[in-house]
Amino acid sequence: MSKQQQYHGSGWKNLVMAAVSQKPSTDFLTGDWKTFMPVADFEKCVTCLTCVMLCPEGAARLDSNTGKVYFDLNFCKGCGICAAECPTKAIVMQIPEKDKAEE
Amino acid sequence: MTTTQNEQSNRKNSSLKLELSKPAMPKVEPYKQTAKDIALKPDLFLSGHRACAGCGPATVLRLVTKALRGPTIVTQATGCMEIVCSIYPYTSWGLPWLHTAFENVAANASGIEAAVKALGKKGKIKQEHIDVIAIAGDGGTYDIGLQALSGAIERGHDFLFILYDNEGYMNTGIQRSGGTPMGASTTTTPAGKVLPGKMEKKKPLTEIILAHDIEYVATATPYYWKDMMSKVQKGLEVEGSAFLHIFAPCPRGWRTDPSRSMSYSKLSVETCVFPIWEAVNGKRVLSIPSKMYALAPQKKKPVIDYLEGQGRFRHLFKPENKHVIDQIQQATDNHWQKLLKQCETTIR
Repeated sequence: MSKQQQYHGSGWKNLVMAAVSQKPSTDFLTGDWKTFMPVADFEKCVTCLTCVMLCPEGAARLDSNTGKVYFDLNFCKGCGICAAECPTKAIVMQIPEKDKAEE
Repeated sequence: MTTTQNEQSNRKNSSLKLELSKPAMPKVEPYKQTAKDIALKPDLFLSGHRACAGCGPATVLRLVTKALRGPTIVTQATGCMEIVCSIYPYTSWGLPWLHTAFENVAANASGIEAAVKALGKKGKIKQEHIDVIAIAGDGGTYDIGLQALSGAIERGHDFLFILYDNEGYMNTGIQRSGGTPMGASTTTTPAGKVLPGKMEKKKPLTEIILAHDIEYVATATPYYWKDMMSKVQKGLEVEGSAFLHIFAPCPRGWRTDPSRSMSYSKLSVETCVFPIWEAVNGKRVLSIPSKMYALAPQKKKPVIDYLEGQGRFRHLFKPENKHVIDQIQQATDNHWQKLLKQCETTIR
């Protein structure tokens, strides 16, 4: 292999046309960023879906089988928008129990 | 159910394969969709992007992808939302997506639209119509991308330009942009003994775009998500350029609590700092959330409610800077009165 080939690999003709991202970001869990996690009180919840619409992460979701809102804690960053905007104050931000145990 | 069980069941739902293989929702006409229909639609701006907690623009993009009507190509200028969704090797887009430099997102969108047209004529693509969306932040629109945008809408390309306005170059370290409001402290206009933050007014960008005489121009904010999504749908339906200015609070750059970013989105309308309206063929109509304050002016809140709690305006509450708040109130009132006159025929 000549020195030039060593530096430039197999040549520019074989390069991809642009940088292509291969993996979906759902493989990258951002749930460990959070300090507080949302906990919903389903007695107060009226399924207005405000939290589902306003969540920046798409972590608040509607379960099509049960018709209830749930939080995907793998992605929730704990910003608390859902708790702040909930019209019935059904969502409370809490410190996760495993974090409490560590303390 | 304990937390661990809950987490396990959630993890099952979180893989992309599940999300993409979900059967498409039964086709409901866009205007007849209920909130439940929208909530059950899979996100095409996927979870796992690396925006800060409480990011306003991330909410905007999620809702925009839920309002699409068919095959769409997205092109995005450099900016916060481009960075967070495309950290190699991950991508947050469930749509064909193309990154471009800061200044030429509108030029890129015109190229895509022209290419789609040419391929359609040659019969090389199956789709009858492909929507093109260009997304840029306020830096990529107000300052750097303005000439490309002006050129593209002058040529009348069929695309929707979405500007998410977080009022500064937040990604590179909170520098001032043409969209930064008066009185805001940024790293290039720091508040101190000499100056109380940025002294210039916000550039009237939507007026500049409106002067191009295009079919659809609108402003929106994510707190009123139904209004925003219907504006996206209208913008896509227009045959020609459409422009959507979306006000998106940034908790990092505005130095606010992450949980309050949506309440600032709401307050911006309540205080008339950012009134929301749409202009079809140049005729302006106030949208319902803003129209309420035109019909009942006594309900309008003072600007101080909006400025409070934002770290970038903290210095204005010192006694020597009180006059700046009055100036902001005066400028906001003038802007609002001017807008009311322009919408006069459509109120009541």
